[in-house]
Amino acid sequence: MAMNGKGEELDASKLKVLEYDGIVVGGGGSGLMSSLQLAQSGFKTAVVSKVFPTRSHTVSAQGGITCAIQSADPDDDWRWHMYDTVKGSDFIGDQDSIEYMCQEGPKAVFELEHMGLPFSRTEEGKIYQRAFGGQSKDYGKGGQAERTCAAADRTGHALLHTLYQANLKAGTNFLSEWFAVDLVKNGDNQVVGVIAFEIETGEPYFLKSKATVLATGGAGRIYQTTSNAMINTGDGTGMVLRAGFPVQDMEMWQFHPTGIYGHGTLVTEGCRGEGGYLVNKDGERFMERYAPNYKDLASRDVVARSMMLEILEGRGCGPDADHVYLKLDHLGPEIVHKRLPGITELSKTFAHVDPVEHPIPVVPTCHYAMGGIPTNVHGQVLTQATDGTDNVVHGLYAAGEAACVSVHGGNRLGGNSLLDLIVFGRSAGLHIENALKEGITLSKASNDDIDQALVNLNRVNISSTGEDVANVKSELQKNMQLNFGVFRTGDLMEKGLVELENIREKTQNIHLTDKSSRFNTARVEALELLNLIEVAQATAVCANERKESRGAHARDDFQERDDDNWLKHSIYFADSKEVTKRDVNFRPKTVQAFQPIVRSY
Amino acid sequence: MDAIVSKSISSINLSIYRYDPDSGKKPYMQDLSIDIPEGQDIMVLDLLNIAKEQDPSISFRRSCGEGVCGSDGMNINGKNGLGCITPLSEALKGNKIVLRPLPGLPVIKDLIVDMKQFVDQYKKIKPYLINDEEKPEKEIKQSVEEREKLDGLYECIMCGCCSTACPSFWWNPDKFLGPAALLQAHRFISDSRDTATEERLDQLEDAFSVFKCHGIMNCVSVCPKGLNPTKAINEIKKKLVKRAL
Ligand SMILES: Cc1cc2nc3c(=O)[nH]c(=O)nc-3n(C[C@H](O)[C@H](O)[C@H](O)COP(=O)(O)OP(=O)(O)OC[C@H]3O[C@@H](n4cnc5c(N)ncnc54)[C@H](O)[C@@H]3O)c2cc1C
Ligand code: SF4
Ligand code: SF4
Ligand code: FES
Repeated sequence: MAMNGKGEELDASKLKVLEYDGIVVGGGGSGLMSSLQLAQSGFKTAVVSKVFPTRSHTVSAQGGITCAIQSADPDDDWRWHMYDTVKGSDFIGDQDSIEYMCQEGPKAVFELEHMGLPFSRTEEGKIYQRAFGGQSKDYGKGGQAERTCAAADRTGHALLHTLYQANLKAGTNFLSEWFAVDLVKNGDNQVVGVIAFEIETGEPYFLKSKATVLATGGAGRIYQTTSNAMINTGDGTGMVLRAGFPVQDMEMWQFHPTGIYGHGTLVTEGCRGEGGYLVNKDGERFMERYAPNYKDLASRDVVARSMMLEILEGRGCGPDADHVYLKLDHLGPEIVHKRLPGITELSKTFAHVDPVEHPIPVVPTCHYAMGGIPTNVHGQVLTQATDGTDNVVHGLYAAGEAACVSVHGGNRLGGNSLLDLIVFGRSAGLHIENALKEGITLSKASNDDIDQALVNLNRVNISSTGEDVANVKSELQKNMQLNFGVFRTGDLMEKGLVELENIREKTQNIHLTDKSSRFNTARVEALELLNLIEVAQATAVCANERKESRGAHARDDFQERDDDNWLKHSIYFADSKEVTKRDVNFRPKTVQAFQPIVRSY
Repeated sequence: MDAIVSKSISSINLSIYRYDPDSGKKPYMQDLSIDIPEGQDIMVLDLLNIAKEQDPSISFRRSCGEGVCGSDGMNINGKNGLGCITPLSEALKGNKIVLRPLPGLPVIKDLIVDMKQFVDQYKKIKPYLINDEEKPEKEIKQSVEEREKLDGLYECIMCGCCSTACPSFWWNPDKFLGPAALLQAHRFISDSRDTATEERLDQLEDAFSVFKCHGIMNCVSVCPKGLNPTKAINEIKKKLVKRAL
């Protein structure tokens, strides 16, 4: 029975049921890597995606995938990559995960190449690698490294299409344009599947599964200005919080230095990797002042803050002095067209300038969630017991930007997300494969358990009066932009938190005016708003709680890093709205741990 | 930044195709008057978003907002394109704009078409690398020149603008593969790492798959990524002819 305008409530008896060995919610890079692993080993796998898989946001990734494959430099070493990543994370990245990612990375990248990914090439026919921010040789002592493997400036597109194609070959089932609403959890705290509906027909289902992977991507849409797609609304994060499980490090949002002014669309760090640089209104290459060694290729948090300082101190460009310029014109048409063709297109469309001739106006834009659903290296979702120990949530996995394994800690290095997707997408798939081979049985859910997962959907479906979805969303985004942006301070955040409580109340009272069944995008947007508020509130509470400056989290009232109290992950539960701490992993298996040092570039 | 400021139109007459088969009503054109921020050249997708605030039941697909995901192919004043990267200043006729779904495919609702036929044709060409050889430990080597052959082919975002502008695809959507699928066929035929060129060509040899293309070039003129399916199709035809000789 499709959902309709008669305001009928759904319950367990009205749902169709489909059963799988593994369900992957998300058809981006991480989801498709998990599903590929499962489908190749012959398990009944379905990918649930609210958009056709190649429309997922991974398609927008430009610059590349960072990995020590020893192409640009035969002496490159995954341990140097590990060092950079730990330092970039401002020391709250988990070192066992970072070790695993950097060490396993090359295998995964070559596997993608074997699948057909059209990487750019070097003269010797090897994969082309470019310089990205925060990359060094020899543990920071050997100067700038070139470690980001690229397919021109369309690496995400090339990667996503290649993975989609490989999944077609492997026979993965696609539930394309299906919207996952909530997790179904039984009395033993095990996850046994999800409630989802087919968007085209409005038909609701219980998708039953032995293992469920959340690969739902980012949530940049909690901010007003973002490089993220309109579908990046943190749905997996919302589902996890509503199911009573925690999220980790949600205060850590990366603002990418080079969003196109007035639009937020990204131009890749690869622009600076190819030799581009930032200038203020006096034409000064100001990064030389802030980061004398790495200059424009300092870590993203450092560059974004420097740009904001230039603007705040009156050296911004344009009539309102509210942006700076990214100069590429000195590189010449050859490099710009060959290596940055996509950037040329975006710049012409959204900034109305040809980067070969004019600099591109840019400002920092919300880009990436370092925080998310806590997992171990096998993608298993973790929850925290009252005594602080980690417990695995049975049946539930997470990977990609939605997850926090945590390889990015307080700040992600460019090109490390795509690597995270494929390494941990695969490791989740592998773990499920092994568990299935050992024979996990399907846990049971009672009708009450299922009804519990229908509460939100029913509330939206039967609403007859209340708040307008678009208005509430825009209030939420403005509040986050104003009070929880690049620079943060206690007073503003306190104000923002109060405001968010009001906004939450409104979200509990939204009115879906159009209740039709067929491809009802208004229903989808209403449900997305319920996820945005969960993510926003988690972000706000954790940001206010972390009384220090670390990585992307910069506070005016606590400007120093505080290793005594905050060399920790923050853990947040939605029901208590309280923050606890979790230890950072300093126990890599094959190398010595990197101890916290002052971070300079 | 002066280029952003262009025409100072503040009210746009939007005429948009509406259809919900469940409603029992026939398709109709809905006329809306939309106020847009003065002096700014917004995109067609922005206009639709504003329209949706007025009438939340208007349905269309969108995601990236920057022309890379391929969600919002639609027919804009008679020409297929992506809403998110088509500026109003380019699309407007006077202050009027007519939006319709991509032609030739079944309509699910409003601007949303059923892409099944399009995707099925894509699947037919085996859109993945086939290479039966023993894999090296590292990458399969490919020279800069060999890699260059993929430029202009791999960038397709599967928006469907081309195939739904192609008369041959309208008449034979099940037999003629259409420009998008053929562009991808050529992408794999051209890849120095693919070992299935002959099988791929075998599959295209019949009278319809490729040969129903009459070189009308509609596909080229609408492709929002500036790709050239006609050229790819001609290359395939040449290879087939050469093989037959
Ligand atoms: C402009 C841009 C450029 C970038 N460039 C780079 C780069 O060069 N290098 C790099 O390493 N990283 C880059 N990143 C970051 C990186 O692209 C992302 O972090 C990454 O692609 C996220 O992948 P994912 O698989 O986690 O999620 P996504 O690709 O976002 O996919 C999420 C999936 O979940 C599905 N989904 C979500 N909610 C639901 C629901 N409720 N029901 C059903 N399905 C749902 C969606 O349909 C989608 O398929 C960039 C990011 C941006 C925004
Ligand atoms: S050139 Fe061929 S494929 Fe392109 S529109 Fe014309 S008939 Fe169709
Ligand atoms: S060839 Fe161009 S128009 Fe056709 S589907 Fe690909 S991107 Fe779209
Ligand atoms: S919204 Fe992605 S191409 Fe237009």
